[in-house]
Amino acid sequence: MSSTLQKILSRLAIAGATVVAFSASAAAAEETLTIYTYESFISEWGPGAKVAAAFEKTCGCKVEYVGVADGVELLTRLKLEGEGSKADIVLGLDTNLVAEAKATELFAPHGLDTAGLKVPGGFSDDTFIPYDYGHFAVIYDTETLKNPPKSLKELVEGDASQKIVIEDPRTSTPGLGLLLWVKSVYGDKAGEAWAKLKDRVLTVTPGWSEAYGLFTKGEAPMVLSYTTSPAYHMVAENTERYQAASFAEGHYIQIEVAGMTKNTGEAELSRKFLTFMTGPEFQSIIPTTNWMMPVGATKEPLPEAFGKLVDPQKTFLMSPEEVAANRKAWIDEWLAAMSKN
Amino acid sequence: MSGAAENRMTIAAGLFGLGGILLFVGLAAAALLAQSGGVGAAGPLFDAYIWRVTRFTLLQASLSTLLSVVFAIPVARALARQASFPGRLWVLRLLALPLGLPALVGALGLIEVWGRQGLLNTALAAAGLSQPVSIYGLFGILIAHVFFNMPLAARLMLAGIERIPAEYWRTAANLGMGSSAIFRFIEWPVIRGLLPGIAGLVFMLCATSFTLVLTLGGGPAASTIEVAIYQALRFDFDPPRAIALSGLQIMLTAALLLVLKFIAPPPREGETTGRATRRFDGAAGLPRFVDRTWLIVAIAFVGLPFAAIANSGARADLPRLVGEAAFHQALAMSVAIAFLAAMISVTVTALLIRTQRLALTPRRPGMAAGLFAGAIGASTSFILLVPPVVLGAGWFLLLRPLGDVARFAPAVVVAINALMALPFVHRVLAPAMSTHATRTERLAASLGVSGFHRLRWIDWPALRKPLLMAFSFAMALSLGDLGAVALFGSQDMVTLPLLLYSRMGSYRTADAAGIALLLGLICLVLTVLGTGGEEKSPEGRGA
Repeated sequence: MSSTLQKILSRLAIAGATVVAFSASAAAAEETLTIYTYESFISEWGPGAKVAAAFEKTCGCKVEYVGVADGVELLTRLKLEGEGSKADIVLGLDTNLVAEAKATELFAPHGLDTAGLKVPGGFSDDTFIPYDYGHFAVIYDTETLKNPPKSLKELVEGDASQKIVIEDPRTSTPGLGLLLWVKSVYGDKAGEAWAKLKDRVLTVTPGWSEAYGLFTKGEAPMVLSYTTSPAYHMVAENTERYQAASFAEGHYIQIEVAGMTKNTGEAELSRKFLTFMTGPEFQSIIPTTNWMMPVGATKEPLPEAFGKLVDPQKTFLMSPEEVAANRKAWIDEWLAAMSKN
Repeated sequence: MSGAAENRMTIAAGLFGLGGILLFVGLAAAALLAQSGGVGAAGPLFDAYIWRVTRFTLLQASLSTLLSVVFAIPVARALARQASFPGRLWVLRLLALPLGLPALVGALGLIEVWGRQGLLNTALAAAGLSQPVSIYGLFGILIAHVFFNMPLAARLMLAGIERIPAEYWRTAANLGMGSSAIFRFIEWPVIRGLLPGIAGLVFMLCATSFTLVLTLGGGPAASTIEVAIYQALRFDFDPPRAIALSGLQIMLTAALLLVLKFIAPPPREGETTGRATRRFDGAAGLPRFVDRTWLIVAIAFVGLPFAAIANSGARADLPRLVGEAAFHQALAMSVAIAFLAAMISVTVTALLIRTQRLALTPRRPGMAAGLFAGAIGASTSFILLVPPVVLGAGWFLLLRPLGDVARFAPAVVVAINALMALPFVHRVLAPAMSTHATRTERLAASLGVSGFHRLRWIDWPALRKPLLMAFSFAMALSLGDLGAVALFGSQDMVTLPLLLYSRMGSYRTADAAGIALLLGLICLVLTVLGTGGEEKSPEGRGA
């Protein structure tokens, strides 16, 4: 008991000393690149620390992160800060937020050539650069679901006793993703599709964590997540129990992007980081820390598990402007269909 | 110091406290409005959507409140009568636990009991029943709200019953009053007097429920106004709309609380010589059987989800988790925030209650005093209806000109948590302080005992128990709060719930379960502290 206590105390002392040392080193005159991102990017297993270390080696600068809950919160934070934001780089918006991000007039064009990037759906923009992507997919439990749906149509029209947990498009990006996916496939008939799918939906959670938590507790055999989710279970947990269902119509994509701010005092350094971001050093870190697909070449081939993932034959992606213009109407359509009894 | 001077100082301090609360909320709202130019972008406030959401909010919150309160009455009564129930003290502690539980953890615990793969359905299936009980829908929302709020209501009612003067029980025994007569003439009047406060608090907690309603609601038909507020501040970023919706929430609830207040008049304080309480009823026979049944039902209902949380948590790699630096930092941060928030909350609330009483002292009534007392009552209630995200965003804007906002983040979070705990602390302290004042005020004044002496020798011994209970409630509450921390996005400020969500959000479900267990254990330690007054209570020593 006392040795545990000692250990804790010594750790606390070390933590204290680190804080002191850190503030001392920060005082030294050195260029600092401030990156705003979402929390999981800089969590212990996230790519943040490795990315910072790798970039600091090449730039002779210091990387500082500010992490907020998620991509949407990132934009909110920026809107709150306005012109006075100390962000040089904002990393972690997705394409659906790009139009609104541009409307803030806080971002500057990057002026870089991004032709070499491999992003399905062909997203390219003068202000935002992709750094990873993932396709939305229905993940199923192979132990309880022997015949997963092979298309969105089968999901919509299939056995209503086989439930799925989805996320709410009003509060989460995966929820919005599914909304756009159904819209892309069904178009004007999306409302009818949702009305049918409604019976299969066990519940609609506010975010991804709640949905995935219910799924892994065995409450439903299916959940809306990403094609890359099984890679985590294969690599980190060594199990092939959870698999993605490949849908014949194709899959909607989520592309994560970064951009530099207009008021950055470090324009040169910011451009350097954006270039670094699409390079092999950064791209090699992404797959097994952010559990998303890289957009550029990696130093080594991806882990074997990534080869077993569903590779969508067709990718759906709507333009940021189309999403921004229609989001409210489509959510209303979703609400109407899902609220019927 | 003379009594009059002391009273003037108390009133001044109370005014200061009330002003602080109003300013804290008002400034935040004003800053948000000013930043967005004060114009709403997203059309009219009362569209069909808001109307539907409002209706559902009222429906689920009313039902949740009704069920929680009705369930709490027999439980509180059983706890009061069965002083020798084995492990009674631990039942009291169990009832304080849900306060410190993040909603998501509570939901997952409930699902292990009530879910499709939960204990109940497994048992039903084993008994040959094929129709599983479905938690998803209004039923699940109600179960979850009763799980979180019945224990709170029961603890508050129990405290009320325990303040009944000992003389009542002696008289009741002398008169040979039966169980139902005692309830009608002694217990019910006390409980009825507490109902507006308790029901109001539970109603507000249920009305502003968000994660539970969405996760267990089964679909968007189950949405609360809080969801619309969150929506307005998220994808839409429309602060005026968020503030308008908060206003709607406050007005609706205010109307409801007013009705409650008229239905239930405040209780009359009984004179007592303050001797030890001992009850003579319910010791045997049918009442004892009924009480024990209620207690067992309550223990199972509240305890089983916790057992499930503990069970999942025990499967995590706990030694590694406990050894992690991230865990130590989050623990230290959480405890520091919770401790400070609880200190502030209890101090300010005690001061406000005392001021309220002084302002309403019959010798100097007056319009201003009445308004002042009313403002204190309202501010300690409605603060729960102001979404923390509005406060967080507003203060973010206010502090930004002063430099790096991350530096102020701990102070703002402490302040928000202290505010959010006000209504809880008020419900615990106000009735206790009122009883105490009625019993001692005049005697103390006539003896000339005032200032520190009165605090030390008269107030502290009598109020120690409710103060500790209030403190532990407030601390548990802020320990489990996810609140406004996220927006400030400081790497140095990770709390335990934030760490838990972070692990959960990156597939580390087992780690999250482990942290949930550890968080529960810390809350348990707090509730042991909160029942500190119980062990030395003179139960059974009287007569």
